[in-house]
Amino acid sequence: MSVTGLEFAGQETAASEGALDAGAAKVEGRSQWQLTWRRLRQDKVAMAALVVIGIMILLALLAPAFASLTHHPPNVAFPNTGEDAAGNPVGPGTAGFWLGTDGTGRDLFVRILYGARISLFVGFVTTAIGAVAGVAVGLMAGYFGGVVDTVLARFTDAVLAFPYVVLALALAVVLGPSLTVIMGVIAFFSWAAIARIVRGQTLSIKEKEYIEAARSLGAGPFRIMIFDILPNLLAPVLVLATLYIPTAVVFEATLSYLGLGIQPPVASWGNIMSDAQNFYQTSWWYVVFPALALLITTLAFNLLGDGIRDAMDPRTERVFAAGRGRRKRRGKRQVLADGQSEVSHVAPYVPPAEGS
Amino acid sequence: MAILGFLIRRILTGIVVVWLVATGAFFLFFARPVDTVAHQLAGHAATPQVINLVIRNLGLDQPIMVQYWHFLDGLLHGNLGYSYFNQEPVDTMLKQDLPPTASLVFGGVVLWLVAGLTVGIISATRARSLFDRFSNVAVLIGLSMPVFVIGELLILVVFVPLNQHGFTWIQTGYSGPSNGLGVWTGHMILPWITLAAVQAAVYTRLSRGQLLDTLGEDYIRTARAKGLSERRVIFRHGVRAALTPVVSQLGVDVGQLLGGVVVVEAVFGLGGLGQVSVQAIDTDNLPVIIGFVIIAAAFVVVANIIVDLVYALLDPRVRIA
Repeated sequence: MSVTGLEFAGQETAASEGALDAGAAKVEGRSQWQLTWRRLRQDKVAMAALVVIGIMILLALLAPAFASLTHHPPNVAFPNTGEDAAGNPVGPGTAGFWLGTDGTGRDLFVRILYGARISLFVGFVTTAIGAVAGVAVGLMAGYFGGVVDTVLARFTDAVLAFPYVVLALALAVVLGPSLTVIMGVIAFFSWAAIARIVRGQTLSIKEKEYIEAARSLGAGPFRIMIFDILPNLLAPVLVLATLYIPTAVVFEATLSYLGLGIQPPVASWGNIMSDAQNFYQTSWWYVVFPALALLITTLAFNLLGDGIRDAMDPRTERVFAAGRGRRKRRGKRQVLADGQSEVSHVAPYVPPAEGS
Repeated sequence: MAILGFLIRRILTGIVVVWLVATGAFFLFFARPVDTVAHQLAGHAATPQVINLVIRNLGLDQPIMVQYWHFLDGLLHGNLGYSYFNQEPVDTMLKQDLPPTASLVFGGVVLWLVAGLTVGIISATRARSLFDRFSNVAVLIGLSMPVFVIGELLILVVFVPLNQHGFTWIQTGYSGPSNGLGVWTGHMILPWITLAAVQAAVYTRLSRGQLLDTLGEDYIRTARAKGLSERRVIFRHGVRAALTPVVSQLGVDVGQLLGGVVVVEAVFGLGGLGQVSVQAIDTDNLPVIIGFVIIAAAFVVVANIIVDLVYALLDPRVRIA
């Protein structure tokens, strides 16, 4: 990760054959973030995912607007227009219900949009909490080592191995299911994976000479951690965080599906699908549309996360130069493999340098 | 001998872990006011006298350390306490609900490992092939799918149409193997696929990546240069080395497996430990939930010991000591 911007700039202009003649004309130092963004923009899949996420966020923000446009508030049932003679939901496109209605004659489209508000809110907020907490724990464990490391690392392992549904069950009983409780549960499980990776990276970074230099200049441990080590960790943390958002979204949906999360009548993708269970025989849309919303969202975040990981990995640079895809996958996996080696019980196996 | 020492040490630490979890669960649940529990049990129109009676009958009026002592004492005798509602012992209740859960875990784990490893190995040995591309897309979708969505969709597109057309082998709900293996499989096949799908995706990605890395090693080239058959190179030299991270991942995933089990049981109405525990929450039946938490902890501990043993068998570099 410590390749300088100038080296990158040179390689890139050589690689993409004059397409970036502006870059060749005036050589300027580019930050790693600028480079990442340039490479990310060339990744069509990742950009498509980004657009999809943007649309999702927009739809979620505009949910009240759609509710007033269709004259269907999210929690109001329309027994006359929204249910057929047998009391079953009506299908998509009937009586102004774009995606049909749910079991009590409410507008499914509007409810899915309101569900998106909950899902995205939970996803972003818990991931942010988890990222901050994970970085703090990982930095401390990795930098201080010794007893601090042992205690924090064991605790991290314990959290990673703990069945989250069981803890959610327990807390739902004690505190009662609510948005705050499920966000607490999700955040509690979100930091551990990040902490583990950050700890591993910190262990290697703190041995570098520039850290020793900082220390000999009289910098305190927290200054070193925040100003010297942390900037080098932002890339892997950003990737992990992007990949954790869909996990948090799924997490919330699962808890709501089990009745331990968002409580009706507030709409959540999970509790909509839970209600839909009684209408399999008659109303496919009731199951399919919330499932699609969930799938599209998580898939988009996963694809974007993979894209960012590729764009941040200096090794992918050579891939573009060589125009071969197989190397790209190697580079992508390397980040994963580094993380995995923290899990394994033996000294991490170090892959040989590329070049065969 | 080394193995014996390892086992004894792991079992002892395992007991400590289970004790910690049990203690944590106990104090977590009993830290809340006893009145709420009693109110729930006694019904809406209960007089204060009735509520006091309920509290006394449940032993909730005793000091918390005394209650904790009774709880630990019972635990040592294999007694998990009694349900608040019908006074049935919790261990008998949970024992009755074990068969669906055990069936689900057994079949699901076998399916997920077989599917994940097979697809991963084929993908790695034929990297960039059509199969590999297809499996990569499938893995990505699998990773993005919540367990309950897969289950719901399977019910919608497999179970409902088949049964509407008179093909009734595939069923929801639970039927034990004693009713015939065919019936059992018919009831369990969708739950197995559901439980296995997400995890199989994780393991496909992991084993494919590991095997690709391993096959790029020098000693693989040496093995090929010696003239070994490709099958021998891949399985004896490649897969064996590539499997160790997969096995260690398995230890981490056991906890997540339990979460999946709870969800799958709810989707397919299997009964089982998870579903009973979720129901116990609605009724504030604390002893049942504590029992489930303890069993879950014990399961995770035992599974991790087994995983570590397998790990040592696979990788001679790991010493059990």
